[in-house]
Amino acid sequence: MKTVHTDQIRATVAALLEDACINLPADVEVALRAARECETQPRARHILEVVLENAAMARRDRVPLCQDTGVTNVFVELGAEVCIVGGLLDDAINDGIREGTRQGYLRCSIVNDPLRRVNTGDNAPGVLVVQPVAGTTLRITVCPKGAGCENMSRVSMLSPADGRDGVTQFVLDTISKGGANPCPPVMVGIGLGGDFAQAPLLAKKALLRTIGARNPDPLYAEYEMELLTAINALGLGPQALGGLTTALDVFIETAPCHIASLPVAVCLNCHATRHTTATL
Amino acid sequence: MEARPLRLPLSAADVLALRAGDACLLSGPMLTARDAAHRRLVDTLHAGRPLPVALTDATVYYTGPTPARPGMVIGAAGPTTAGRLDPYTPALLAAGARALIGKGARGPAVSAALQQCRAVYFAAIGGAGAYLRTCIRTCTVAAYADLGTEAIYCLTVVNFPVIVAHDAHGGSVYAAPAAARASS
Repeated sequence: MKTVHTDQIRATVAALLEDACINLPADVEVALRAARECETQPRARHILEVVLENAAMARRDRVPLCQDTGVTNVFVELGAEVCIVGGLLDDAINDGIREGTRQGYLRCSIVNDPLRRVNTGDNAPGVLVVQPVAGTTLRITVCPKGAGCENMSRVSMLSPADGRDGVTQFVLDTISKGGANPCPPVMVGIGLGGDFAQAPLLAKKALLRTIGARNPDPLYAEYEMELLTAINALGLGPQALGGLTTALDVFIETAPCHIASLPVAVCLNCHATRHTTATL
Repeated sequence: MEARPLRLPLSAADVLALRAGDACLLSGPMLTARDAAHRRLVDTLHAGRPLPVALTDATVYYTGPTPARPGMVIGAAGPTTAGRLDPYTPALLAAGARALIGKGARGPAVSAALQQCRAVYFAAIGGAGAYLRTCIRTCTVAAYADLGTEAIYCLTVVNFPVIVAHDAHGGSVYAAPAAARASS
């Protein structure tokens, strides 16, 4: 049995959140550079140049990449042989969000209630997903998720008869309807299967993958590439002002589902895709 | 990209000279307002009470900045999705606002109001808050301080880059079919 104190969890979440909001992950930066080289239209190239300069300025000035430092999504892989002491896991994580928000000069973007809408003033609470795993692993991934892309994410309960074509159509509709709002070029997380609750969670988890990391199942690896090509053929481009790069990558996660269901969820992430991970 | 320098506040004549797709560099004063501030402004207008800020010829930037680090004017301050503010926009334009800045397309009611009021909607680059921050030289709270990031701030900007997204003649940079946009 491994013992982990909540103070350590709090400090880890705080550091991960600040880092995620300020430093663009290397894989995203590499993909944006490649996209800039591919774009032929001056406006699309210019936008990608500004986006890359934005990342450099954020790092230099220790300022968030985007003013929307988001809802803090926290994914925890919790080993069966890990004992958390000092308090509750979710309290420690929310305290970490508060601390990271203060230390990193992040925005307080959370309201206390969907209809009363009073800002909580400390950017908490976040959204916590705990996955039980074997052994003594305690792995924390922090993914601040902005509302521009989150608001353009969608879920649909397709019929099995809709099949792969139906899924493709839903994905392309989602990208088209989103237009400039999710800040393309986007990352596209797709959850296929499960149920009404599980599909969006799969879609969100899919966004934690590194660009270029394909689904291990060849069927879905090939489908990811097919969808990426189809999305970029829409021609929306950076900021939906025209161009070749509407999406940087597509990630599909699947789960078994009911004989009568084909749930599909599309979770979008903006070009300022942010996530950081630490293992305690 | 060739960008046209424009001094704020804009006049109706300035706005009528702009066409969707024009790249511009804005310099001068602007007010920030996003969801919560819009709600209050429009509630105030509907109640027939005076507004806490003057909207005549104002440029309204849809942003909710991150807090400034010590020694900085402001934190990251890029545009938020403009479509969310569509329900409030005709009222703000009728109250005198001349230019709006956000990201993403607007609905037909906003496009009609822009034409009627001889106003313009600019798009700034979404997700470039650290970059756009460097164009902002002053930042003071103008109203609704209790709203925090959603308060109305008065900013002074220098060479703030935007594209005319919806012009005062019904033109939209987002309106062209996807295939045409990709090949243009």
